[in-house]
Amino acid sequence: MSERILDVKDLRTCFFTENGVVKAVDGLSYHVDKGECVGLVGESACGKSVSAMSVLRLIAYPPGIIVGGEIKFKGEDLLKASEERMREIRGNHIAMVFQEPSTSLNPALTVGRQISEILELHRGMGKRAALKECVKLLELVGIPDAERRIDYHPYQFSGGMQQRIMIAMALSCNPELIIADEPTTSLDVTVQAQILEILAKLRSEYGTAVMIITHNLGVVARYVDRVNVMYAGGLVETGRTETMYAEPKHPYTLGLLASVPRLDSPKMENLRVIKGLPPNLARLPKGCSFAPRCNYAVERCREEKPVLEEVGEDHYRACFCDADRLKRRF
Amino acid sequence: MNNDHLVDVENLVMYFPVTAGMLGKKVGDVKAVDNVSFFIKKGETFGLVGESGCGKTTTGRCILRLNEITSGKILFEGQNLAEMKDRELRRMRRYMQLIFQDPFASLDPRMTAGEIIGEPLLVHGVAKGKEYEELIDELLRMVEIDPSMAGRYPHEFSGGQRQRIGIARALAVRPAFIVCDEPVSALDVSIQAQIITLLMKLREELDLTYLFIAHDLSVVRNISDRVAVMYLGKIVEITTSDELYSHPLHPYTISLLSAVPIPDPVVDRARERIILTGDLPSPVNPPSGCPFHPRCYQARERCKTDRPELKHVEGEHLVACNRYA
Repeated sequence: MSERILDVKDLRTCFFTENGVVKAVDGLSYHVDKGECVGLVGESACGKSVSAMSVLRLIAYPPGIIVGGEIKFKGEDLLKASEERMREIRGNHIAMVFQEPSTSLNPALTVGRQISEILELHRGMGKRAALKECVKLLELVGIPDAERRIDYHPYQFSGGMQQRIMIAMALSCNPELIIADEPTTSLDVTVQAQILEILAKLRSEYGTAVMIITHNLGVVARYVDRVNVMYAGGLVETGRTETMYAEPKHPYTLGLLASVPRLDSPKMENLRVIKGLPPNLARLPKGCSFAPRCNYAVERCREEKPVLEEVGEDHYRACFCDADRLKRRF
Repeated sequence: MNNDHLVDVENLVMYFPVTAGMLGKKVGDVKAVDNVSFFIKKGETFGLVGESGCGKTTTGRCILRLNEITSGKILFEGQNLAEMKDRELRRMRRYMQLIFQDPFASLDPRMTAGEIIGEPLLVHGVAKGKEYEELIDELLRMVEIDPSMAGRYPHEFSGGQRQRIGIARALAVRPAFIVCDEPVSALDVSIQAQIITLLMKLREELDLTYLFIAHDLSVVRNISDRVAVMYLGKIVEITTSDELYSHPLHPYTISLLSAVPIPDPVVDRARERIILTGDLPSPVNPPSGCPFHPRCYQARERCKTDRPELKHVEGEHLVACNRYA
């Protein structure tokens, strides 16, 4: 077995709001091995971003708080680490590429300044050395004419270029793990492909493990080794990419796959809809949280909450329905 | 003038001026839409695809005269919208509506869902009193929202529900033609599928004609009868949806299609992908010759100087590429 760098166990993150306790992450467990590319997939508001923020302990309190679980980074429990230690972990060991680069970059600083600041703080570089390194990083993520462009402000770059800058920033301290939160949402397909290729390249050249968070199972199929599908704060299915896409064992995964229009199958036959909306995390139903939207739900699903069970080699799901009944046709 | 055409766009040009300095001296033009011609048949869905910044949204807005056009003709059932005075135009707008991209920004946060949907009814004097209330209920039901939610404000709805409210607002005045400007790109894939299915159902029931603007080629394929591909303010390829996806001719279309992921790791990894280098060039200063040549993997010497025109290649298939000239 390869080395496990991130091991999340039974993570629980809650937000205390006027409308009650929102259990954004509710008993989530997953792991990332060294040099691996993992996908975390789910709809908006299923807790995927919150779970990533929890790993870096970036949840603002109040209203949010990690109420339980374990986040082990190479054996060290991050939930017990001091704030000082966390500052070392962030960036140096685990880096995050945030959603929406246009709002995550500081509009008032040049990109050179923003990246070299990290290099000065984390790697103790001098100003000049930091700028030099900054040019190298920008070239690495495919920004042409980097030497001149370190003096540009974020608004002078397109969305795809801004996302590259975010990746360059995440790379600046050679982290062992990069968490990319919806790195390609809101980008054009052509740019999407470019960005994912860069992440794939980093992984193959530097052995950086990558976790890609997305709502679109289609986008990551080509790149990830394993897929974790999340619904209402917890995992519903996890497995190796090839088996998950070929034989999804959870009705939700099946539904997600069926909602992505495919270019390689006949028109219109491929679009099937998951009915209804994701549940309100402050008022989760008893039993399986997917049951109200599920075509395969039985009486038991409304009473009892399913837990992850092995259904194949390295393939787990949390569902009561007969796995053989699930067909590719949703 | 063809009888089964609902919309005819002829040589549409829309330049945004670029100004500089304190006095706002004009120093150039953003050629957002540069000599675009196409038609939309009654009852069909015409897809318009391209990367951000290619001018597809501006084209849609120009057709509704939401942007002042620089030159060209827009015929709606034979009447030239480009020459219409404001009052006439306002009357015409009843027949042409728009569904916006961002369901969070396009609904007034201080109006209830019912008021949002009802406003066009009042503006165009379609209904009032009891009839008005009934129409709102009916519109909400049409987009599959419970009419009892009419009193709620936009922030109480999810993204998909808001987009449904936007659709109901567009439908309120019973238009014949709707411009859908990236109606699903801000939504989750699972909700995207719901909205597309709804739009298709409504098209059948209400006999609508759509101009469907999107950057996601797989979405456009499902809903469109014919598709035009835009690049840097120009249309580079127009054909039927089936033809475009089975026999794309323009290198730009081919590379766009190859970049669309297929949700199957085995198939997708085996596929050859043409990754376009760089970004869309600036429409202020478009490249010489074929605007696509700096990024084209099949560019030849002549592409740097010769600007290809949109030409019939076979039947309804039009391409602007020197390889087919």
